[in-house]
Amino acid sequence: MRLSEHIYSTITSIRGPLLFIDEVFTARIGEVVRVHSPDGRIMDGEVLKIDAKTVLIQVYGETRGLDIENTSIVFADTVKKAPLSTDIIGRIFNGSFAPIDGLPMFIPEKWSPITGFPINPSARARPEEFIETGFSVIDGLNTLVKGQKLPIFSCAGLPSKEVAAGMLKNAIIPPVLPLAKGGEGGFVNRGKGDFVVVFVAIGLTYHEYSFYMNILGEMKGGFVAFVNMADEPVMERLLAPRFALASAEYLAFEKGMDVLVVITDMTNYCDALREVSTAREELPGRRGYPGYMYSDLASIYERAGRIKGIPGSVTMLPIVTMPEDDITHPIPDLTGYITEGQIVLNRELHQKGIFPPVDVLPSLSRLMQRGIGEGHTRGDHRKIANDLYKYYAKGRDLRRLEAIVGRDGMTDSDRQMLDFADAFEREFVNQRMERRDVNETLDIGLNILKRFSLEVR
Amino acid sequence: MTRRIRGISGPTVSVEFSGLKLYERLYVGHAMLTGEVVRLDRDRAVVQVYEDTKGLGIDEPVNIVGMPLTVRLGPGLLAGMFDGLQRPLKRLREDMGPFIIRGKQMYALDHMKRWRFSPLKRKGDDVRTGDILGYVEEGAFKHLITCNCDGRIVWITDGEFSLGEPIGKLEDGKEIFGCHEWPVRMSRPYKRKFPPSEPLVTGQRCIDFLFPIARGGTVILPGGFGTGKTILEQAIAKSADVDIVVYVGCGERGNEMADLIDEFATLSDPWTGRGLMERTILVVNTSNMPVAAREASIYTAATMAEYYRDMGYHVLLLADSLSRWAEALREISSSLEEMPGEEGYPTYLASRLSGFFERAGVVETLSGRIGSLSMVLSVSPPGGDFTEPVTQACLRAAGAFLMLDTSLAHRRHFPAINYFQSYSLYEKDIVRHFNEQISSEWAGLMQRCRELLQAEERLREVAEIIGVEGLQDADMILMKVAEMIRIEFLCQNAYAEDAFSPPEKTVSKIREVVEFYDSSISRLREGVSRNQ
Repeated sequence: MRLSEHIYSTITSIRGPLLFIDEVFTARIGEVVRVHSPDGRIMDGEVLKIDAKTVLIQVYGETRGLDIENTSIVFADTVKKAPLSTDIIGRIFNGSFAPIDGLPMFIPEKWSPITGFPINPSARARPEEFIETGFSVIDGLNTLVKGQKLPIFSCAGLPSKEVAAGMLKNAIIPPVLPLAKGGEGGFVNRGKGDFVVVFVAIGLTYHEYSFYMNILGEMKGGFVAFVNMADEPVMERLLAPRFALASAEYLAFEKGMDVLVVITDMTNYCDALREVSTAREELPGRRGYPGYMYSDLASIYERAGRIKGIPGSVTMLPIVTMPEDDITHPIPDLTGYITEGQIVLNRELHQKGIFPPVDVLPSLSRLMQRGIGEGHTRGDHRKIANDLYKYYAKGRDLRRLEAIVGRDGMTDSDRQMLDFADAFEREFVNQRMERRDVNETLDIGLNILKRFSLEVR
Repeated sequence: MTRRIRGISGPTVSVEFSGLKLYERLYVGHAMLTGEVVRLDRDRAVVQVYEDTKGLGIDEPVNIVGMPLTVRLGPGLLAGMFDGLQRPLKRLREDMGPFIIRGKQMYALDHMKRWRFSPLKRKGDDVRTGDILGYVEEGAFKHLITCNCDGRIVWITDGEFSLGEPIGKLEDGKEIFGCHEWPVRMSRPYKRKFPPSEPLVTGQRCIDFLFPIARGGTVILPGGFGTGKTILEQAIAKSADVDIVVYVGCGERGNEMADLIDEFATLSDPWTGRGLMERTILVVNTSNMPVAAREASIYTAATMAEYYRDMGYHVLLLADSLSRWAEALREISSSLEEMPGEEGYPTYLASRLSGFFERAGVVETLSGRIGSLSMVLSVSPPGGDFTEPVTQACLRAAGAFLMLDTSLAHRRHFPAINYFQSYSLYEKDIVRHFNEQISSEWAGLMQRCRELLQAEERLREVAEIIGVEGLQDADMILMKVAEMIRIEFLCQNAYAEDAFSPPEKTVSKIREVVEFYDSSISRLREGVSRNQ
């Protein structure tokens, strides 16, 4: 604790969002500073590096207009904290946690550091409670469970925002669920009111913004939105998801709510990370992204989870646009290494007019096995999912053969398989904007399987 | 002795320098974060801090501990769960709730717990470093307590003791305790090393049959995401034919670890029938826990593994994943502003890796017992590209390479081990062993199995063009049999009863398939058409 505020006007250089200050008496890593610019603006910043009396500060906000002589810096003697209260539900904030919905700021119940603390692995409860998203291809074949982080890998031009919107509107935890077996973390149904969506938009264009605002307006359940627009400061792109997750953890682990965090678009986040890293003159890694990007992404994604003995949960659905449709690009690649599976959108399906255009083959939900079957969804879920996957994979394989030898050159059973793959895409994957519950989903799957006499040779 | 912080950059802190030694352990700042001296310059020392440095301020005190980064070795490690610095996660949770707050020091072992000590030496005996003083029963294991100094015993206990009190005394007044500290970066001494020659049965048919591995050997499992590295590592941890398993979750997912803990608690070791956790030590540093502790985690694990090896046990160390360790090394190196090598990794990556691999092996311990330490390490190459530096450095040091293949994984062929490009350098010795111990047909069947798979690969290209129907009868049968090998023999569901396949079952299963092929071919020669 310092007894007085420390104010410095000893800037020695300004480079993009970075300021160097000399003759600093005392400072801490991660300490929040306020930058007073000559034109009267006040911006926040953070201490990045300390070397004896020289301190490197990163400014969150527009550094245009700063100068060396008249700009002053106030050290706040605290790390970046988020104001928290249940009053955030229903509100829209910018990337610095300032309200942008025209209403006044709420009165915080508490403040906590935005980076949070890692969950002790031995305190984590195993995610195994089914979340119904309303999309057959997800509920049936790539089931989402509470506490999971499941990204959507999209490509430029694919309807990832419609898929996200569908989930925002339709996702629920089914109301009637048997109590999970075993003492700790047993699931108690507390009704729909405790299900909250935290929506984080990073580098959003105005077009997308108005789309999502409509969706949030139509939502019945509670939501909190953090919006960083495309023309807003890059640093706020790094802050917005952290504010959002601090809020999500608060709602989940202190207020016992089930929180679904939707982040769009992680590609903008990673590009912001690269931009800031380059400004700091750090050594670039693959494709110019910093070497610590894996750890940085993990510090966001790993905040999803459940805790033994605490009722709430944080489930995460980040959206990643794969640059050049390339799944080996560092952003989807590192994401895939951290998250528990991925939902991959496919351009070809989109061109066929199928919505949601989810390609089942590379998609995967690693935690699905725990969340389906008797007591979660339905006893025959696993078998239906395995059969659909197996025959569809075979059918897709045969399409290549069909291109060479033609449909007439194939055996009857191969033709059945091809027709099955088409029917699967048209009827099971494709569902427009209608909402299907998991029973409908499984019935449709079963129905398609029955219509064809399939046998894998 | 107190020094002051002079500068902070990411996970490294520079401290005013006087009298510090390289790799000395320090407590940094008011929060008492654990750190280690990694570089000494003329006027300042650079300290690598093992916890998040956020909030650390300049001029805060730095205290010297007076020894390097160590782990505490003694009874009570088994069934334990530690972070990369060997802090006990379960007791941390009892102490400070579900989140890990920084700067909390806690002994890995419970010093209140009382153990029953049975001495093997008596008063008046001369003992030397490495001699066995006696043992305690740790679950089903005889936990040997070794002496770490020379002298004559003047007093030794026979009965209950706790780790805080001495169990014996030497003539020169030195007290002997049931536990001791060992620096993590130093491998524990042994009398001599032998080449690995005994099999390590994993219960995975593809590994045991096609790429058998040896006790004391090193195996790497590289694969892109979604290829089932973690599931395969866990399957091996569950069913490997060893005494003790040390599992390191190095920079991986927290939910996965929660799953593993729950699952291990319910499963039993297929070889002894005892609870699986009883033979397991978990070291967990998930991806959002501090990077520097992640770098230390594999050494922490290896030191505990060597400790049990020194009691004459066969120990298996599994790490998931080594790439995360290498990335931690890279992060630290770049914050030290070292000259980067390939893809930003420090140039000492390869030598550190091979140094770590060398801690594996079959040894004669100081007390004359035979113990082994084997390693199965997964690698996560970015973009699934095996030409990247970590995979390449591992390839030069490892004894077996089990390549996990994305295209097999997409076909749900698990374990997705590529059966053409993987190899095991232990193959010759181990197959000879299996031939003598399990079945004299082992080597022959293995050759046949490989030939069938290779023949299928060649035919597949033809079949792609003319269709399977257009193949000759003999080729059709071959395709069918190779598919049987792939789907029924090489694939193995990690969650079904089939997850563990003892060698006898493995060899009889492949024998059936090969015999089926031979009889089909001979019937074809006799003029029976393929449809029959």
